Amino acid sequence: MSDELDLLYTDVEESVRDSVRALLAKRCTPDRVTAVYDGDRTGLDELWRALSTDLGLAGLLVPEDLGGAGASAREVSVVLEELGRFAAPVPFLTSAVVATTALLEAGAADRLGELAAGERTAALAVPLSTVPGRAVPAVTVHDGVLRGTVTAVAGALEADLLLVPVQGDGGLELHEVPADAARITPVTSLDMTRQIADVELAGAASRPVADAGAAERAIGRALETGAALLASEQLGVAQWCLDSTVEYLKIRRQFGRIVGGFQALKHRLADLYVAVESARAAARYAAAAVAADDPDRSVAASVAQAYCADAAVLAAEECVQLHGGVGMTWEHPAHLYLKRAKADQLAFGTPGAHRARLAGLVDLPAA
Amino acid sequence: MAQDLITGLTERVDRLLADHDPATTDRLEFLRARFDAGLAWVHFPEGLGGLGLPRDLQIHVDALLARAGAPDNDPRRNAIGLGMAAPTILAYGTEEQKKRFLRPLWTGEEIWCQLFSEPGAGSDLAALATRAERDGDHWRVNGQKVWTSGAHKARWAILVARSDPGAPKHRGMTYFVCDMTDPGVEVRPLRQITGEAEFNEVFLTDVRIPDDHRLGAEGEGWRVATATLMNERVAIGGGDPRRESGMIGAVARTWRERPELRTPELHDRLLRLWVESEVARLSGRRLRQKLAVGEPGPEGSAAKLTFARLAQQLSGLELELLAEDGLRYSDWTMRRPEIVEFTGRDAGYRYLRAKGNSIEGGTSEILRNIVAERVLGLPPEPRTDKDAPWKDLPR
Repeated sequence: MSDELDLLYTDVEESVRDSVRALLAKRCTPDRVTAVYDGDRTGLDELWRALSTDLGLAGLLVPEDLGGAGASAREVSVVLEELGRFAAPVPFLTSAVVATTALLEAGAADRLGELAAGERTAALAVPLSTVPGRAVPAVTVHDGVLRGTVTAVAGALEADLLLVPVQGDGGLELHEVPADAARITPVTSLDMTRQIADVELAGAASRPVADAGAAERAIGRALETGAALLASEQLGVAQWCLDSTVEYLKIRRQFGRIVGGFQALKHRLADLYVAVESARAAARYAAAAVAADDPDRSVAASVAQAYCADAAVLAAEECVQLHGGVGMTWEHPAHLYLKRAKADQLAFGTPGAHRARLAGLVDLPAA
Repeated sequence: MAQDLITGLTERVDRLLADHDPATTDRLEFLRARFDAGLAWVHFPEGLGGLGLPRDLQIHVDALLARAGAPDNDPRRNAIGLGMAAPTILAYGTEEQKKRFLRPLWTGEEIWCQLFSEPGAGSDLAALATRAERDGDHWRVNGQKVWTSGAHKARWAILVARSDPGAPKHRGMTYFVCDMTDPGVEVRPLRQITGEAEFNEVFLTDVRIPDDHRLGAEGEGWRVATATLMNERVAIGGGDPRRESGMIGAVARTWRERPELRTPELHDRLLRLWVESEVARLSGRRLRQKLAVGEPGPEGSAAKLTFARLAQQLSGLELELLAEDGLRYSDWTMRRPEIVEFTGRDAGYRYLRAKGNSIEGGTSEILRNIVAERVLGLPPEPRTDKDAPWKDLPR
């Protein structure tokens, strides 16, 4: 089947990683990220512009003839690892991955140039918790205008353009609506680094981008791609948690000893290392399967979410616990990763939802 | 580049098949010809069964030969030879040793076993007490080894023994190839919880080993043994490249064939373990892809930790799934099996045999120490015995 998929990192992927990491290290410091919880979003637009436009990351998935970089899900996954490592509050996943995939799959080429150039940012208007392949909430259309509400949408606050699932006469359609034609209400979120919002459409004019049939497929593929590549963000979160915990336990002393020398803690960290390396294999496979449009991509996406979501939560929870008292403070960045990991676990389907999906995909039916 | 290599290999396989038609050629003769054509293990050097190519390409060769109906070397019969002795001989052996040992090892003409563990040296292997004393151009070896799989079938053994009791424990060992037909070697079956005696106790009494059967320098035994053990962990934990191979395959098959046994609680556990098995398989593939460009490092320990845990959880789940049938056991008769089987026989056997997976080749506790210390760089365990002469250590 897909036995040739390369699960290592290519030189090109490593160089993408280096440039993203260098930029984030300078401009996405823990203080900067923590401030979003107190409502201070200073500098985040500039950060997104630097990533999307200056580094050209917004166009990674867009083919060159449509104005993009013509890269693949493999490069995107490495970017997401780094964004996870910094808990970066930018709409890369929602715009450059999910909304971009929806437009690509819908064949709506005319919007992609602006998105790829970072001139505009888009969001697919579905709850962040939507499971790929399950029904999405849709607004209604009457006399050419949209009415309805979609809750818990990620990326809507940063978006210029909303892609809205609409219940048409012949089935599910996908429409685009300028963000300023919708009422977008920010929601105080568990993870303020990917703040959700409620989107209300009260008679907004729209333009269809995919009709019945095509829309269903485009939305399904976009959500599945989101689930598959979110695994790499979760890997990045988990890697930061492991690295920072190991680093801390090498300098923290109690009972006259380096705490990291106690076997009870060494063994927990060894198990966490195994979980992170396993998550890497799952995330790399999902990215490679999406990049190759492999027949196994649905299984790969659900395996990756079922595994990596829990691995990131475990890593973040261990990070807080093994840091002891300081891990519980606002001042220490561990909480940024705990909140991101827990919210990520619910995004695009919980591990349980993906296991249920796998039961059908791999023929292990329920009782 | 990769395509050129594959084309070249395909031509080489075609030539082998043309010169030695598997349908009419004696099995052993075919295997020897395959070795001589460099198609045994392509990552080995030319002249030693390989072509100095990336390890990954072996899959291609194996597939072509399997398709042509060619016999293989039945690697399960000589798992220790292929997985542990061969890479160690390649890394530390002299040219004569490589020429003498590798070909019959690969073809399975000569089976190998491993004389490492002792009753008093399990996790603390470096405490081992089997003595090797220099006697002219020979060594005289006395001691007792244990948990020796396949010793009753083996022609040769890899052996670590204490050559300098006055040196600190890690520095006083030497590594040898031991002739299992030496009159001083006595092999006694050691019955296990499965009822079988896959393992043995091996008693060594004045066994004579020529100095040219030493692997590596005198006193370098620990370093050589570490290379063997890392290969062992990769061999145990590296796994099969196919989905649902190994323990998960047995459980999934039962699940599909016996719908009347299904419950929601078992379904949840099965799906969790299916995902973990699939992730372990992908981790094994990553490990193999990494190995294609280097030697096994401590990462093999991580793979083996996961392998052991999953084998135990899955085999336990399978018995619960089987319900009434889980109460049966195939056979308690003491036997000495031909090969070591993790997934063979019935579910009860698999459950019991899997208990060994977290003990053999390094206990899971020792492997966690290795990962913590050698991968993560955390402080080592306190070792009061590290620098003292071995002979002065409390035993």
